Amino acid sequence: MKINQVSVFLENKPGQLRAACAEATKAGINIVTLSLADTEQFGILRLIVQDWEKAKTVFERAGFVARVTEVLAIEVSDEPGGLSRILEIVDQAGLNIEYMYAFTEKRGGKAALVFRFENPDTAEQVLKANGVNVLRDVELFRHA
Amino acid sequence: MDTTERHPVSAPDYMSASALQATQLARLQAIVTRAYDHVKLFRQRMDERKLKPRDIHTLDDVHKLPFTIKTDLRDTYPYGLFASDLRDVVRLHASSGTTGKPIVVGYTREDIAVWTEVIARSFAACGLHAGDILQNAYGYGLFTGGLGAHYGAEALGATVIPISGGNTERQITVLKDFGVTAICCTPSYFLHLLDQGAQLGVDFKQLPLRAGIFGAEPWTQGMRERIEAESRLKAYDIYGLTEIIGPGVAIECSCQNGLHIFEDHFLAEIVDTETLEPLPAGSEGELVLTTLSKQAMPLIRYRTRDITALVAEPCPCGRTLRRMRRIGRRSDDMFIIRGVNVFPSQIEAALLRVEGTLPHYQIVLTREQDLDQMEVQVEVTPEVFSDEVRVLEDLQRKLVHSIETITGIRVAIRLVAPRSLPRSEGKAKRVIDKRKL
Repeated sequence: MKINQVSVFLENKPGQLRAACAEATKAGINIVTLSLADTEQFGILRLIVQDWEKAKTVFERAGFVARVTEVLAIEVSDEPGGLSRILEIVDQAGLNIEYMYAFTEKRGGKAALVFRFENPDTAEQVLKANGVNVLRDVELFRHA
Repeated sequence: MDTTERHPVSAPDYMSASALQATQLARLQAIVTRAYDHVKLFRQRMDERKLKPRDIHTLDDVHKLPFTIKTDLRDTYPYGLFASDLRDVVRLHASSGTTGKPIVVGYTREDIAVWTEVIARSFAACGLHAGDILQNAYGYGLFTGGLGAHYGAEALGATVIPISGGNTERQITVLKDFGVTAICCTPSYFLHLLDQGAQLGVDFKQLPLRAGIFGAEPWTQGMRERIEAESRLKAYDIYGLTEIIGPGVAIECSCQNGLHIFEDHFLAEIVDTETLEPLPAGSEGELVLTTLSKQAMPLIRYRTRDITALVAEPCPCGRTLRRMRRIGRRSDDMFIIRGVNVFPSQIEAALLRVEGTLPHYQIVLTREQDLDQMEVQVEVTPEVFSDEVRVLEDLQRKLVHSIETITGIRVAIRLVAPRSLPRSEGKAKRVIDKRKL
């Protein structure tokens, strides 16, 4: 199933990332995983958190621009070729990946990756049809 | 034409053309005589041209008269252009002098009465009447906005809240709790109130606020659309300048298509900014105003530096007063970069074209190795923010392209965090010029 990711705009100047994280801490929001995309001028902080609605409100109240997008969390076996197999499926189906990043924690010899597809619904169907484990949020947040 | 909506105070707005011209000519002849008799600078300039007040036979003869410019007010600081004895002057105001030394203006009791009348007529044109509750967020003090609006609104019978400028949280509390139906302030300050209101969880659409009278700085149709989309109010443009009287020189009516000039008190001309020759009706040029009633400080052919055009066609509202197009730019707002003249309004138009609504922005000019650089800092709004770098970089490219298309200048765009650019409580400061010229 699709999960909701919260993205926050950061200006590329000292203290911005810390300020955003401090807001999450103050509100008691636990970050399951995150990625930071940055350019010379700005950064985009992407977060997977359990209570994404609350997180979005917290960031907006603190004066950040935040946005929610749907991503897929996909289980990948933690061995050579594990990711290749997924990407092959993606390629063959002509799916477009906007970006991806990894979960920090492994679970039982398996890694999890976050994929942002151009079309998450089609991607989910294709991956499931090929026997790929698309994680549900209950599984993701069990240990969170 | 809906005559039922006419407020009694607005009667002169509907004067016949012949009555208006007769009034204007009689007043012009009287004011030129007054200025000639009592203001040394004006008399010298008339004498140099071998002109006497009796040479004014028609309204067109105004073109023969010498211009007055802002530096004349500075050079004669503080009282050199007064035509009244100081004991007859009941009020002084001064401009903050954003572009130099302050200027001082004076009003006799009659001048205050005229000012009160034109403000009352302005508010009436915006549909205000007794029973309205007006939050007057123009600054009270030496600035003409606060007190000018105050007396006019009281004369109309509205309930005035003299809150003055600043203290945004209190402004929002008062807006919310006092049943405010109308507000006046600068348009950029109202946008700031909208932003702060959203932060505090106040939905302006739920308020009884139905009219905003915005002025003291040029603003765009884009700003109007944003204001009207985020609140239920109708946003009206009011025009005026300290030198002439303060706010109340011209006002938009319910048609919101050009501003009616109170021509019975202010004679308007449009001149070419280079040759200073009068331009035919409809042409764009610099607005030149002559005060027709002002006793304490009559100004003859004052060059406003505001660029506009007069509209010849009658307005559907039925007012016979001619309209001027809203002021998009001032000839001295303009800055020159790499030899090209640029107006902040052009940058606004370019941003608006890409984003759909006008974001808060600031223009920073620097000089690096003898080359002028222009950076436009644009606040990221929820509407344009994306989780994908590509989308934001694409937005930057589109903004660069749009500005280049309109101004011919390639600029740097910097996307900045919301509410990170300074907000002004008076006139918005759009251009930061760090060049050492």
